[in-house]
Amino acid sequence: MADRKDDRGISRRKLLAGGMVAAPTLALLHETVPHQGLHRALGGDHPTAASAAGSHAGSHATADGVPLHANGVGTAGPTFRAGESVDHRANGFNPTEILRDFDYGRARRLASGRVLREWEIVGADKELEVAPGVSFPAWTYNGRVPGPTLRCREGDLLRIRFTNGSQHPHTMHFHGLHPAAMDGIPDVGAGIIEPGKSTVYEFEAEPFGLHLYHCHVAPLAEHIARGMYGTFIVDPKRGRPEADEMVMVQHGYNTTFDAEGNQLYAVNGIPFHYMNEPVQVRRAEPVRIYLVNVLEYDPINSFHIHGNFFHYYPTGTSLEPSDFTDTVIQGQAQRGICELRFPHAGPFMFHAHKTEFAELGWMGFFEVG
Amino acid sequence: MEARSETRDGFGDSLLGRLPGWALAAGALALIAAALVALALAGGDALPERSGPPVEELAVERTVLEPNRIELSLRNTGPDAVEIGQAFVNDAYVDFETSANRIGRLGSETIALAYPWQEGQPYVVSLVTSTGVVIEHEIAAAVETPAADGDFFGLMALLGTYVGIIPVVLGMLLLPAMRRFSHRWVRVLLALTVGLLGFLALDGALEGLELANGSGGAFGGAELVFLGAGLAFLALTGLDRYLEARRGRAAAAGSRGFQLALMVAIGIGLHNLGEGLAIGSAYAVGELALGAFLVIGFAIHNTTEGIAIVAPLTRERPAPARLLGLGMIAGAPAIAGALVGASIDNAELSAFLLGIGVGAIVQVIVQIAPALRDSAGRVLDAANAAAIAAGALALYLTGLLVTI
Repeated sequence: MADRKDDRGISRRKLLAGGMVAAPTLALLHETVPHQGLHRALGGDHPTAASAAGSHAGSHATADGVPLHANGVGTAGPTFRAGESVDHRANGFNPTEILRDFDYGRARRLASGRVLREWEIVGADKELEVAPGVSFPAWTYNGRVPGPTLRCREGDLLRIRFTNGSQHPHTMHFHGLHPAAMDGIPDVGAGIIEPGKSTVYEFEAEPFGLHLYHCHVAPLAEHIARGMYGTFIVDPKRGRPEADEMVMVQHGYNTTFDAEGNQLYAVNGIPFHYMNEPVQVRRAEPVRIYLVNVLEYDPINSFHIHGNFFHYYPTGTSLEPSDFTDTVIQGQAQRGICELRFPHAGPFMFHAHKTEFAELGWMGFFEVG
Repeated sequence: MEARSETRDGFGDSLLGRLPGWALAAGALALIAAALVALALAGGDALPERSGPPVEELAVERTVLEPNRIELSLRNTGPDAVEIGQAFVNDAYVDFETSANRIGRLGSETIALAYPWQEGQPYVVSLVTSTGVVIEHEIAAAVETPAADGDFFGLMALLGTYVGIIPVVLGMLLLPAMRRFSHRWVRVLLALTVGLLGFLALDGALEGLELANGSGGAFGGAELVFLGAGLAFLALTGLDRYLEARRGRAAAAGSRGFQLALMVAIGIGLHNLGEGLAIGSAYAVGELALGAFLVIGFAIHNTTEGIAIVAPLTRERPAPARLLGLGMIAGAPAIAGALVGASIDNAELSAFLLGIGVGAIVQVIVQIAPALRDSAGRVLDAANAAAIAAGALALYLTGLLVTI
């Protein structure tokens, strides 16, 4: 128990230092994901709902801004229709909150001295407003796209209970080291989890680094493209240096379901979101971005930052950076950690330098204060 | 036997039997209306909703390009309402203005997109509907849409005069020479005219069908061409019968030859309306190569139309003013067509007008045909067949000179 408190305490302090509170998202999730049964199973103790519901109202007040880019003649850059934004409340998640929302699960120390972490993940079909006025019938983990960012420490024992509340069969397939039976693919171990069924994936957290999880039911491309993916972070035993940490999942929405590219590209769920709500960071402070690409149908994706360079740790499996750059290319399921400090205050763009994706939604701003 | 006659008598004596015809019709109409209302109220609930997703279709009826702005006139051609969510041009989302996002069945709406388009480049405008469906509209080559000002109307009038009036009147100058022809050669000349007209009808029909197929319009496609043709044929037949009757009542009103020439002129005029339309549309989207080649090409092409008009007049001596009038009837519609084509640029309307031209010409052919008969009553003797073929070939070959 002590260990669990300690872990959560550290993470909470980090989140507060970053100027963000994860709890609002979790509280929102709590409201939107159907999980009445879970409450009973957990004996009423639901740590993710610990924070007061309603605190998210404050963060919503800034959500509906006029996009920075609409100048009426189109030369200032791509934008959704001026003055429009999606209904984050109806969606049940806000990319600004997803950014620094790390889910450490319920942790306790076992008699052996090892830490056990447990999560409850629910597969759910959900109609999301992915662009103002455009809905998308998503398949989700815990009602959000991307799914929750699961975070643990190297060597922890992980127990993920997956309940399929969707109308479609799903699994959770984790990248990392684990027994075949825990691979989350059809016909092996628990195999496909049919609607209404559940299973528990249990394995040790290794190797340390930045990983991901996703559904592995056929047709695979569609199950991923519909929204069934999330980030899986395994911290090294001795941790990483203190920093303002954030996760960025690059993905898209193929709203026509023609499996030929996407009509919308985004990080963390909503295209152009960080154009309207820039990511707030502090000048000269260390920033760590967990960057994951799960984009379906397009062979590559990329990340570029303005007025800055970053140290890049591919897959996060080494503590030595491999590159000092301002642009990285990632294929699907490729990921890496970017570490940087902003030397200058002001607005700095970040976007896919596959500029087609940028103009179809994958772009945003850092606001360095 | 008795029972049957009794019934008949019974019916005849009934209230229904004594009602006037109009009252019976009104009663039947009221019954039909009541049944339709009942069906609308009750029947709709009895049937299940469509099992599939909504069918979202939008047709672009007109594209207007202004600097940094692309304006589309949209019409919902599908069975369900369409709601526009967002829009992108060549894979970049854009700001846009529209008075209403939701377009009901057969409804129309204008959407103006902010985009810094470049002259001559191709663009694909994609409208993302509320369900994520993408409706695309291609702009083959972006050209600023001409403003509908005085200069523009002047230019279209000039264009219509060049391609319509001048060539037709030039063709009519052959009339004095044609008067020297023997009766047999006049018949051949009329056969040549039939060949010319036949080719025009085919040309107009094909062009109309091509436009109609590409329009994806709410008001139909190919049927518009046939509807236009049928209506024109019937209207002109009626007009011809009316003129015939009037001529019968007042012998001085005109000759059979002049009436035939008038009908030919009207038919060709309606055809030139469609031709002007095509020219105007091509000009509006910047596809028309203006200049000497176009004017000369049309002059040669349409001069043959002038010959067709005067062919029935070789045995008559109408006043020059009347001849000029015939020329105007045949040529001036090109001006109106060019104006309409350049300022409205609607594929469905164009297809319909082209259809009208086709129907008018077919009607004229039907009118001329009896005059081709030789003494044995045959329409298609060797000379006539050769002349019809020559007429069709002449238009085919001169048509190669003009490409719109």
